[in-house]
Amino acid sequence: MSTGLPLWEVFIRGRRGLSHQHVGSVHASDAEMALRNARDLYTRRGEGVSIWVVPAASVCASSPDEKEPFFDPAGDKVYRHPTFYRVPDGVKNL
Amino acid sequence: MTAQARTQDAAAAVAEPELSAQSELQGRFDDLIGADERIEPRDWMPEAYRKTLVRQIAQHAHSEIIGMQPEGNWITRAPSLRRKAILLAKVQDEAGHGLYLYAAAETLGVDRADLLDALHTGRQKYSSIFNYPTLTWADIGAIGWLVDGAAIINQIPLQRCSYGPYARAMVRICKEESFHQRQGFELLHDLAHGTPEQHAMAQDALDRWWWPSLMMFGPPDAESAHSAQSMAWRIKRHSNDELRQRFVDISVPQAEALGLRIPDPDLRWNEERGHHDFGVIDWTEFQEVLAGNGPCNRQRVASRVQAHEDGEWVREAALAYAAKHSDKGVAAA
Amino acid sequence: MTATTEASTGSASPASVAQYALQLGDDALILSHRLSEWCAHSPELEEDVALANLALDLLGQARTLLTYAGSLEGAGRSEDDLAFLRTEREFRNALLVEQPNGDFAVTIARQLYFATYQSELYAALCDSTDPELAALAAKAVKEVAYHRDHAVQWTLRLGDGTAESHRRMQAGLEQLWPYTAELFFLDPVATELVQQGIAVDPRTLRPAWEASVAGVIEAATLTVPADGWQPRGGRAGKHGEGFGLLLGEMQALHRQYPGASW
Repeated sequence: MSTGLPLWEVFIRGRRGLSHQHVGSVHASDAEMALRNARDLYTRRGEGVSIWVVPAASVCASSPDEKEPFFDPAGDKVYRHPTFYRVPDGVKNL
Repeated sequence: MTAQARTQDAAAAVAEPELSAQSELQGRFDDLIGADERIEPRDWMPEAYRKTLVRQIAQHAHSEIIGMQPEGNWITRAPSLRRKAILLAKVQDEAGHGLYLYAAAETLGVDRADLLDALHTGRQKYSSIFNYPTLTWADIGAIGWLVDGAAIINQIPLQRCSYGPYARAMVRICKEESFHQRQGFELLHDLAHGTPEQHAMAQDALDRWWWPSLMMFGPPDAESAHSAQSMAWRIKRHSNDELRQRFVDISVPQAEALGLRIPDPDLRWNEERGHHDFGVIDWTEFQEVLAGNGPCNRQRVASRVQAHEDGEWVREAALAYAAKHSDKGVAAA
Repeated sequence: MTATTEASTGSASPASVAQYALQLGDDALILSHRLSEWCAHSPELEEDVALANLALDLLGQARTLLTYAGSLEGAGRSEDDLAFLRTEREFRNALLVEQPNGDFAVTIARQLYFATYQSELYAALCDSTDPELAALAAKAVKEVAYHRDHAVQWTLRLGDGTAESHRRMQAGLEQLWPYTAELFFLDPVATELVQQGIAVDPRTLRPAWEASVAGVIEAATLTVPADGWQPRGGRAGKHGEGFGLLLGEMQALHRQYPGASW
């Protein structure tokens, strides 16, 4: 039987000013190798300036069943969005 | 150990819920598909949908990995340093694309080690096209132009596939592959406009790769086992025959530009249909290759297994090192 | 680097600089060839991608250097003429880079030795009075820093991994150690150029190389091999028997169609 190396989730900052974004995963024996594998795999065309790797087993995710309690409450808080507010015609830079 | 969290998700997602809950979940899934929304890894999905995706994504990943062999065959012999660099970068991309796809498959709760095992033991397939040998340098051009060309036609609609991770992997792959087909066309163009020997080499490659390329789109719609369900699930968006026709229509003027002859006496423009008619595909050959009796089936799998087995002590060493230096390694095990 | 104020490329013979560029270029070309042989055969898919990256970097360096050598010669030879139409005796690469891949440990040992050497070499060559060589070095020094890091990571893991990997890594280090001496030998071509600040005196690279390599080997719980047999000859075109086979493969297609363009 074959030896499978652990799985790591890869996050890349595309350029300065952007946050890290999930791009996929790699297999590697440890964090140092995972970083290098991610560099070789996901930035072959200069797609990144910074990389995070996280053991896939350490990612805590919301479960799909929680979707409604987790995310729906945000749906009615329209006052969190600037478009909620009336602005008189002619008022600028607001 | 790997994909632990994901496996649990998938197990939870596929555990048989109460009947009413089951139909509610099915309803939510159908609504998402109906609204052309993406299904994401932690969503409930019918087991058959998950299995279809695992089979298709794994087969796609295996094809990229096995596909490295016929082209890798010419890296050390590339006739110019420029062509050598291009080919090396292309074969490297294929390894990369295989990895993107295995990563997408792993979001469905399977382990890459198991998928590779399925490839090594013949339980999962890869594209039959890679069971043909690359006999001359022109084959590198034919693979880029025809095989990658056919792959791109298959892959473009997959960017809108209903399963999110697969669709996203395809977006990345399509973006990177745009150079693959062009380099093949350019390579063949240079040969076709080179010495008479080079032209003959290019024509011979087209003669050998044309029909297998048409077979890459799979069996005719009437005989395609999985097509209808995959279309309903929006994993697939066009039928095999539709895509095959598109490929023929695109390739004919390209062959003219190359100054090469497509090896099909029945190929002609059909004004009424607005498409090219083309000859009958020899599906017995396709079935033979699929059954493991192509020219290279045995050597392709044997070579892959050999690489994997030769690497076993290296992977073991890396894991042993990680265990000893666990401050840097993974806690999970 | 021993650049002096009166140093200038003007006084160096272009043929000597061409020979020096060929030495560096052939090293990169032949090692790139060996690394590309791993493609689709490496221990893990991620490693196929990594080794191809190294091979591509080296191939890029080789193309720049061979093109430059060809232009200095003034005989109209292109990078391809130099790569595909020279014979075994005309290649100037060190013996180390032509050594067969062996198992993964042998390849990593070769990478550790050579990438560390190239790191020191290119760092020094950044100050070359020859602007072409200095520019090449400034780009390549970043590439080879990554190559060295790759080799270091694997040396640590194989050395301090399992008993089997430890044994294989030590064997790889021992097998290739003798070939490292040639890298630091000042050959007649370089002698003239060193005085003019064009080439790097390879002897000056040795202390830093030894300290660096020994540090890694010891950290990997391995033993630095003892000096002994020190084969040499690559810079003078005297290669191993296997080198002819390597060239035979690399040049076959190009030579089969004389005058064709690709």
